[in-house]
Amino acid sequence: MGVDVEVTPLPGIGTREDFTVRSGQRIGVVTHRDGHVELIVSRLDDPDACAASTPLTAEESNTLASLLGAPHLVSQLAEQQRELDGVHTTQLPVQPGSPYDGRTLGDTAMRTRTGVSVVAVVRRQVVHPSPAPDFAFEGNDMVVMVGTTDGLASGARILDQG
Amino acid sequence: MHSTGLALAELGALFFGLGILGRLALRIGISPIPLYLLGGLAFGQGGLLPLGGVEEFTMISSEIGVVLLLLLLGLEYSADELITGLKRDWVAGIVDAVLNALPGAAVALLLGWGPLGALVMAGVTWVSSSGIVAKVLGDLGRLGNRETPVVLSVLVLEDLAMAVYLPVLTTLLAGVGLLVGMSAVGVAVLAVTVVLVVALRYGWVVSAVVDSPVPEVFLLRVLGAALLVAGIAAELDISAAVGAFLLGIAISGSTAENATKLLEPLRDLFAAIFFVVFGLNTDPRQIPPVLGIAVALAVVTTITKIATGWWAARRQGAATLGRFRAGAALVARGEFSIIIAGLAVTSGAADPGIAPLTATYVLLMAIVGPVAARVVEPIVRRTVLRRRAVSMPATP
Repeated sequence: MGVDVEVTPLPGIGTREDFTVRSGQRIGVVTHRDGHVELIVSRLDDPDACAASTPLTAEESNTLASLLGAPHLVSQLAEQQRELDGVHTTQLPVQPGSPYDGRTLGDTAMRTRTGVSVVAVVRRQVVHPSPAPDFAFEGNDMVVMVGTTDGLASGARILDQG
Repeated sequence: MHSTGLALAELGALFFGLGILGRLALRIGISPIPLYLLGGLAFGQGGLLPLGGVEEFTMISSEIGVVLLLLLLGLEYSADELITGLKRDWVAGIVDAVLNALPGAAVALLLGWGPLGALVMAGVTWVSSSGIVAKVLGDLGRLGNRETPVVLSVLVLEDLAMAVYLPVLTTLLAGVGLLVGMSAVGVAVLAVTVVLVVALRYGWVVSAVVDSPVPEVFLLRVLGAALLVAGIAAELDISAAVGAFLLGIAISGSTAENATKLLEPLRDLFAAIFFVVFGLNTDPRQIPPVLGIAVALAVVTTITKIATGWWAARRQGAATLGRFRAGAALVARGEFSIIIAGLAVTSGAADPGIAPLTATYVLLMAIVGPVAARVVEPIVRRTVLRRRAVSMPATP
């Protein structure tokens, strides 16, 4: 079932795009003419007004989008692996400018160095399952990994520091 | 040589002083406009420190200030937005004009300032400050509110109406008869229509004329075009401000955005000078006699603006709180009131009492407006909504 996004022009400022969620609140985005965006969430007692209107940078909105898109995947994977003792699923971000921003999965040698498997990469809300070794990372990618606690910790360090 | 040094030092002291005032305004969270006016009042005739030797510069700078204020206002809107606003909310625009222009006109007539004075004061009390209102909405995080498009529509309509009002006022202040004044309405409406059509169809041509990838060239071209158009418009008695506004509308898309970024600091500088010069030309000793009238006018036009916003927001389906928020957001008056009064004062055709009354009125409204926008919610919650809750007890 789709959601009806209402687009309202704000003369001199930009546009407001929002939709009403089940709680009766409006959630959406105000896009200013210079391109910067604000996340808006309306108040519960007064749907005309906003409880939050938070300015977000491009990176921040990408991160928020992947945070909202990725948990379903992680919780599904976690559910599947519950019976296996000592195996965990987690998602870690590739920070923009980190050593692997722009390099491939093969370059990380993740499997060899930590025993951790990269099962998916979430980029701008799109899930890329089972990425091949030549899959190139970008800043703000969310890397979904399965492995032991120690392995995942080393994996996080590798993504962060190389 | 010596006088150049003195002039530079005076200007330096003026700007530095304005910088301190601007910082103070930021600190206490109000618009800097009232403080600039106060600064001007303090410096000018009858004030603490009369400025000498820089009048010529400040005079032309304040004219440039008006041109830049209106050019940037025009740049903010696209012809599309203006036409949509006009089609959808013209009734709100008329209600706004009637409710808020009448008190000013009535006061001018009571003071014996004649029809011309009434026309000036009608404009002074009618138009909200787009600058202050947009800033307050952003600061209070209300851009995503449901009633905000209504508030913005009212501002758009007022600005558009100014494109007709200012030429008519300029013509009448020039001392021509009523008949020529009426024909000025026709000329102004025609000019606005032509510009809107041109902007809609050929906006890219106008943009291409001023656009350049090199910031320096772009700045010179867009500023040059604005002053040229403003100068020609002034010669034709359409008013420099309106010429700049229409040029701003005609420039569109990314050109408009880039021009805004480039010109903003210039606008802030010259607009500050404009407010100071208005203060300079106002004798502070004439303020006490008009203080009572200004306060009364402020009270009445605060109520009429709240009523305007309340009514307009109700039309668009906002609830009680939203309606009052829309009304209070519109209360602030500022740059337009000063521009209108400035035209009257420089022409010398209208009553000189307009300057101190407008200065006092704007001082009050530029401070009351943002405060009203802030306190309206708690007040309405405590009064209107509570009364309603008492009269309609919730079902168990």
